[in-house]
Amino acid sequence: MAIQARPLHSVGVPMKRKEDPRFIQGKGHYVDDLSFPGMLYLSLVRTTYPHAEIKSIDISEAMKVPGVKAVITGKDLEAAGLGWLPTFHGFDKQMVLAIGQVLFQYQEVAAVFAETRAAAVDGAEKVQVDYAPLPVVADPFTSKTDKVLLRPDRESKTNHIFHWEVGDKDGTARALASSPKRIKQRIWFQRCHPAPLEPCGCVAYFDTMGRLQFHVTSQAPHVYRTALSLVTGIPEDKIHVISPDLGGGFGNKVPVYPGYVCAIVGALKIGRPVKWIETRTENLTSTGFARDYHMDVEIGATADGKVTALHVATTADHGAFDAAADPSKYPAGIFGIVTGSYSFPVAHAEVDAYFTNKAPGGIAYRCSFRVTEASYAIERGMDILADELGMDAVELRKKNFVRKDQFPYPSALGFTYDSGDYHKTLDVALEKIGYVALLKEQAEKRARGELMGIGFSTFTEVVGAGPSKHFDILGIKMFDSAEIRIHPTGAGIVRAGTKSQGQGHETTWAQIVAEELGLDPQNIMVEEGDTDTAPYGLGTYASRSTPVAGAAIVMAARRIREKARKIAAHLLEVGEGDVEWTDYKFQVKGVPSKTVTMKQVAFAAYTNMSQNEPGLEATYYYDPPNMTYPNGAYVAVVDVDRDTGETRVRRFVAVDDCGVVINPMVVEGQIHGGLTEGFAMAFIQEIQYDAEGNNLNTNFTDYLVPTSLETPHWETGNTVTPSPHHPMGAKGVGESPNVGSPAAFVNAVIDALSPLGVRHIDMPLTRDKVWRAIRDAETRT
Amino acid sequence: MKVEVKVNGVAYTRDVEPRTLLAYFLREDCGLTGTHVGCDTSSCGCCVVVMDGSRAIKSCSMFAVQADGHEILTVEGLAEGGKLHALQQGFWDQHGLQCGYCTPGMLLTSYALLKQHPNPSEAEIREGLSGNLCRCTGYQNIVKAVQQAAGSLAQPAAANT
Repeated sequence: MAIQARPLHSVGVPMKRKEDPRFIQGKGHYVDDLSFPGMLYLSLVRTTYPHAEIKSIDISEAMKVPGVKAVITGKDLEAAGLGWLPTFHGFDKQMVLAIGQVLFQYQEVAAVFAETRAAAVDGAEKVQVDYAPLPVVADPFTSKTDKVLLRPDRESKTNHIFHWEVGDKDGTARALASSPKRIKQRIWFQRCHPAPLEPCGCVAYFDTMGRLQFHVTSQAPHVYRTALSLVTGIPEDKIHVISPDLGGGFGNKVPVYPGYVCAIVGALKIGRPVKWIETRTENLTSTGFARDYHMDVEIGATADGKVTALHVATTADHGAFDAAADPSKYPAGIFGIVTGSYSFPVAHAEVDAYFTNKAPGGIAYRCSFRVTEASYAIERGMDILADELGMDAVELRKKNFVRKDQFPYPSALGFTYDSGDYHKTLDVALEKIGYVALLKEQAEKRARGELMGIGFSTFTEVVGAGPSKHFDILGIKMFDSAEIRIHPTGAGIVRAGTKSQGQGHETTWAQIVAEELGLDPQNIMVEEGDTDTAPYGLGTYASRSTPVAGAAIVMAARRIREKARKIAAHLLEVGEGDVEWTDYKFQVKGVPSKTVTMKQVAFAAYTNMSQNEPGLEATYYYDPPNMTYPNGAYVAVVDVDRDTGETRVRRFVAVDDCGVVINPMVVEGQIHGGLTEGFAMAFIQEIQYDAEGNNLNTNFTDYLVPTSLETPHWETGNTVTPSPHHPMGAKGVGESPNVGSPAAFVNAVIDALSPLGVRHIDMPLTRDKVWRAIRDAETRT
Repeated sequence: MKVEVKVNGVAYTRDVEPRTLLAYFLREDCGLTGTHVGCDTSSCGCCVVVMDGSRAIKSCSMFAVQADGHEILTVEGLAEGGKLHALQQGFWDQHGLQCGYCTPGMLLTSYALLKQHPNPSEAEIREGLSGNLCRCTGYQNIVKAVQQAAGSLAQPAAANT
């Protein structure tokens, strides 16, 4: 007899995405696609001065522009008690519209509401603001001196925002002092911007019941609802937040921005719907930037390459407000993952953050909070140590990896790594790239004076915020949720507190439900982003959807299965204890011929439930016991042109271990995308400010996004080490390639330049910078 | 100003402000919101549509009045008779999209590319798509999608099996 193997198997299948038919036919539903009768447009007046006192604002000429209905300023908002917004981790507040002074170039100063998009922009141009320029502080090291106080509104009269530290300070200092080998390097992770292709925006209106209908580009719609209620005083039941299709997010759509508040205020004041869609320039200059960490990395080691201690001291540039959308209790988030994949006996990490006259933010761009910075620091540091020791970078890593038998592994900085097999993952990558042959080729090329580099990054990420004891936004714990309803025909709907921005939840959530319940994933609808219908959740960022909401979906499905078991027992005419779930159906124990499917049970739940409660629904709120620790081994091979500094990424192999994979096609797609964003940071992207505080990268002609021409070809592979505490063993993956890859690229370029004595160059490794490094090295010799 | 533009075979006659961009004419005057706007500098390509059969244009860089009397193809016009265009099928099959925001522009640029190069090499596809940015996919699967479409357009019989 032919046995059909797992006929309803859904998890692990590269199922084509259910959301795609609407996107490929232009039927996506993004915020700017919405239109309501009588809708007004909002345009924001922004300052060109990075730091100035506002002497006066004259709106009279703006009000004369045909179509302009109203103009509001910071003073108007302040009078209404809406002058300031709390930032998400609650340590600071930020101005909605400037009050008294402006603190960064492109800061929002006034809001103009008009009948058309063009009239709103025309009106904004006519708002006259008289500024008295103030001295500009454009970097955290100048800020540190407190010669210019940037935030007189705050009680503490200093630009220093916080000092945070973790680990054993004295023990680390002692271990470093007694280590035979030591390296110390200042490593800067430059200011970047997530730049999703769809800018941020919203439409706000009050419906006939006086209820706020708020359509917004939000990665966390429930959090917005609560935050808006707390800020505006509108009761939470009178706020409906809808986050429609999002054209990417990458962390950029987590914070609440001034434009949103202005749109709501305008809708209330004028009594008509208001749309606000930012321009690309507004997106790049005023919404959440990422990184901007200056990290002093020190590693100690024995002479034969066993690491002894790690110390990282960071100076962080937080911009004008401490608006980092950090959901952890710790001001530097989970930077403590900086010990990476290595077994450090002792470590100490500290971060000091400062205000500057730059855009606020410090968001977690495609990573858990400050994990990309941490991963980059340790992976660069390990290469510098290898150079110091004269040791192969692979050998050094293997010698210091947390071993497979050490999991669950308590790190020196307080994390408990759940699982991994770092040696195996790296071996798969070495095999795939053909490391031995590459080393031979490199030796030959070096003999000819050619610059070829091989760079590694063997990172450990920490995602899935999170255990409620460590994570909250404005006090709301970072659990997540799912509600599943199975209809009489065996179709169903799953709703979750997350919000896809391209991750493919409409497909993967259906696959999880289908796997757990033996149903057809094509008939499991997924809905997210509507606060009236979805259970309360904290949203999608920090690779938390699969580790947290994914787990909630599994648990809710299992609740349904338990309910269904009772009905199955009734249908099979046996006691509940005699029914087992096997091969995606209920079966009388030991009698394979007596079965009922979930589809049959679903129909019975509404038509023939006997004494059981009718219906087949469940909700689950999941508070994860720990975070998950995806990891990977990445290898980049580059050729650097000695005469021009041009780097060509010849090959890139990414071997990821994200635990159990739900949809390998979706996972591979996310890895391709994350690698491309990592490539961008490594080689071309930076939000630069000049000494006067002018933002130099205000659009896509200056802030570069890699095109299909520059983007390398990606080779992927994986190992599977299930997370022991996730109900499906999944870990999350969306951010790993973005977290892990920058160091691989930079390590490869530095490896190429190492014969010249170059040990470090800060990103982005533009042609110009690399050429200068080569020239300087050649001048030295 | 009065303009008449044929979009996806349908004539739209509208009175527009002279400075109205074609992208906003399509989105707001014709209600065809599949054409997106992602930047202010003609860099991203989310707004690409095809003019007069085979020319890919960035509709954010053209005034609606410049399109007067022309024919425009947008993403809404790609599928015919309920059947997806080979490019749409390719993007779906090859996972050539994630958030979907760049997808209409990618599809229309690819459409024009295949009109001019029915059998493009990978290098030609990458060159041809270099005016369209994508933040999600890393382009690799987009290239595969265009290759699949080129293959099935070259063999219409095979595409139906």
